[in-house]
Amino acid sequence: MVHGEAWTLKEFFTYPNEYIYWTIQIVMYPFMTGLVAGAFVLSSLYHVFGVTQLKGIARFSLVFSFALLPVAMLPLMLHLQQPQRGIEVMMTPHFTSAIAAFGIVFSTYAMIVASELWFVYRKHFVESALHLRTIDNRTLSEHLWHLLFSALTLGAMDIGHEALEADERAVKKLAAAGIPVACFLHGYAGFIFGSVKANALWMTPLMPVIFICSAVVSGIALCILTYIITMEARKFLAARKRLAYPELPSTEELKSAELHVVTMTSKYLVMFLVAAITLELLDLIFRGYTAMKSWDILRSVIYERDFVNIFVIQYGMGNLLPFIIFLTPGLTIRRAMLGTSLVLLGVFMMRWNVVIGGQAFSSSLSGFMHYVLPIWPDTMETYKEGLFGALTVALVPFCLFYLFNKVMPVFKDTH
Amino acid sequence: MKSHVWRPLYAVLLVIAAILVARKILVPADFGIGSRGYMYGWHRPSNEKEWQAVKVKYRTAQYCKDCHRDKYDEIKTSPHANINCENCHGPALGHPDDPRSLTIDRNRELCARCHFRLEYPTSGRGKIRGIDPKTHNPGLDCVTCHWPHDPRKTGHGGAKSALTSGNPAPPGLTASPVLEPSTPRKEGRS
Amino acid sequence: MISRRDFCKKSLLIAGGIAVPLSALELFDPRRLMAEKGDGKKTRWVFLVDTQKCVGCGFCVKACKIENEVPYDANVTRTWVERYVVTKDGRTHIDSPKGARDGFETTKIDIGEGRFEEIKNEDIDKAFFVPKLCNQCDNPPCVQVCPVGATYQTADGVVLVDRKWCIGCGYCVMGCPYGVRFFHPVFHVAEKCNFCYHRISQGMQTACVDACAFGARRIGNIRDPNDPVTKVIMTERVNVLKEEYGTTPQVFYLGLTKEVK
Repeated sequence: MVHGEAWTLKEFFTYPNEYIYWTIQIVMYPFMTGLVAGAFVLSSLYHVFGVTQLKGIARFSLVFSFALLPVAMLPLMLHLQQPQRGIEVMMTPHFTSAIAAFGIVFSTYAMIVASELWFVYRKHFVESALHLRTIDNRTLSEHLWHLLFSALTLGAMDIGHEALEADERAVKKLAAAGIPVACFLHGYAGFIFGSVKANALWMTPLMPVIFICSAVVSGIALCILTYIITMEARKFLAARKRLAYPELPSTEELKSAELHVVTMTSKYLVMFLVAAITLELLDLIFRGYTAMKSWDILRSVIYERDFVNIFVIQYGMGNLLPFIIFLTPGLTIRRAMLGTSLVLLGVFMMRWNVVIGGQAFSSSLSGFMHYVLPIWPDTMETYKEGLFGALTVALVPFCLFYLFNKVMPVFKDTH
Repeated sequence: MKSHVWRPLYAVLLVIAAILVARKILVPADFGIGSRGYMYGWHRPSNEKEWQAVKVKYRTAQYCKDCHRDKYDEIKTSPHANINCENCHGPALGHPDDPRSLTIDRNRELCARCHFRLEYPTSGRGKIRGIDPKTHNPGLDCVTCHWPHDPRKTGHGGAKSALTSGNPAPPGLTASPVLEPSTPRKEGRS
Repeated sequence: MISRRDFCKKSLLIAGGIAVPLSALELFDPRRLMAEKGDGKKTRWVFLVDTQKCVGCGFCVKACKIENEVPYDANVTRTWVERYVVTKDGRTHIDSPKGARDGFETTKIDIGEGRFEEIKNEDIDKAFFVPKLCNQCDNPPCVQVCPVGATYQTADGVVLVDRKWCIGCGYCVMGCPYGVRFFHPVFHVAEKCNFCYHRISQGMQTACVDACAFGARRIGNIRDPNDPVTKVIMTERVNVLKEEYGTTPQVFYLGLTKEVK
């Protein structure tokens, strides 16, 4: 079986070499980079614009954004037919291709986030390193932690008041510089699709903007959701541990997910959601109105074959329901959880409907291709490009977040 | 820059330096912009030579002509004049060194490529005389009755030959010639 | 003393007067026309397909697979032939079973997933075959979108893929409006027709041109005014596929009609 044959069903006339080449991993990739961009923008709303109610979530989203970064690479590595050559994008970039921008943008963004995290946590690194230095006869694990924290200080041990103020100013500048870079990180992903003139569904100048708006939406939604879950999980874990260690703070002392933080953040969520849906509907209306050569088959794909995916799941469950949830007064934590989960579903379906939907019809405009997502991985190929590959990509950021939290704790008040 | 604020920048510069060093090692030295410019010509020029060096498999009838002159002449004066020898005999490759002899594809499907009758008046296909393979002597090799080098002549018969089974040749077709090369291979021919 | 106005008028007249005969020379010099961008290149490969002559035998597809070592049984091919059957009810039926590697073995139209559509001979208004291959475009979108410079265009117009450099991202496959590219099942990199670059570079013709017994496929050099293919392209009514995409394809078709996708 050639690559793509295992999961493509072809109907009527398609060119002989046409298969669905860009599958679930290419859906995951813009989804993950969207989360990265959105999380960063959320964090920057506090650091740059001083929205003080977001302080609690700002640090959290910054670390989460950093945990998502290596994961953004993962779907690409799983998709490439020659992943070991992936580094060529940095070595011989062909900048006429949107994908070549990836090397520069990704690296720049990674360095900005890493630098910003360094400034935010420098005091913590220094204090941890100094504390570990005081312990005589360190165990192996303590020795390694000491090495790690000492290295992370980059030799800047001064945590006096002026040094910390300098850190704050640097964070502000980096957060400000990072916003356009984060937008670019995801905007170029939209450009990858929007610039392909060979694909009638993808080709539109609106694509980069639609992608950016829905990326910010997904990033904010994920941060709200993870924030709520983590805050509640901490209380739950503490309640269980308190039976053994009564000196730990009580559930009353441990803060829950704060409603005013969630409400404030969800206002921004709704704003960007409105922008995203406006552009998408605009694109659809224009296509139907101008009725170009490709409209016949596109109409068949959008209104018939993919009707449920687009109108029921993406627009209905992913946009309309969250609008109702967030705009009706009296928002509760539970409602916010439901709303953000639905938003994430909607954003994921948007990526699916663009990537898979764009390959649902043949370039001959006379045939269809149906994508059958490989469920059980019976070969390396069906693992990498199937459900289990997607699940791997979805789960890794949480594992990384757990690990990063040990070095850069998101809940400890380090200032 | 005494302030510690610049420390991350040094780390970044270190990373960039590492990438440049890796580039020096990993990227072939001749990689660059070709005659078609950066947009269409960004590549490794030695690859062009690699593609030009691919082995030729099909040699064309001009190659067969030197040793198989009689067959060449026969087919070139027949209605099958424009069919390349290798279409039915497979690629010449290094023949006669390797392979020593070429196969003869006597499958009905091969002839049916053109002679499966399709009523397509607006195409050259509609002008080719043909049959329905399902009803026209199914199971019998076409070459039993039809000589491919000159379809006006009778076939010399194959495993399923009507002639070897004792049946008379169909009327109106003349006898067929033999198979070996008329011009034997000269030693030392390259 | 000539006035400023008269001076201007006269110099414009003289300049215009000189310019006219010079530009006339430009217009009527066929060599200049041939050399288009004036880049002095001696060779630019082009292809000519005559859809009136193609009979759908598929020998070209078979020869291409063997010559270019594309696995015979794999459902990908560097070139293929499409069959168009237009019936009296106005519908167009199109198929290309295995890319026409085995020709067209049935009158039934292959509509995918093992299903076929019966067509009665008396319902056929027109039916014809259209061979397809890489157009080696002058503005190749596939080359434009390659992120690492693995695919490129040679000076003589052929678009090649560097098998040792391709990362297999598939952007070029998505970028081609003609569906000509695919992933090679053995090398796992992008692959497509390259006009049998190893043959044409040593004075031979492509494998598909040699295999075609009907003259439906021909290869030529547009920069050679004496090339018979060039003469056809310059003097007869030829067309190209999907011109609206701006790719400037260099495979020219005789008898290309509106049904062709």
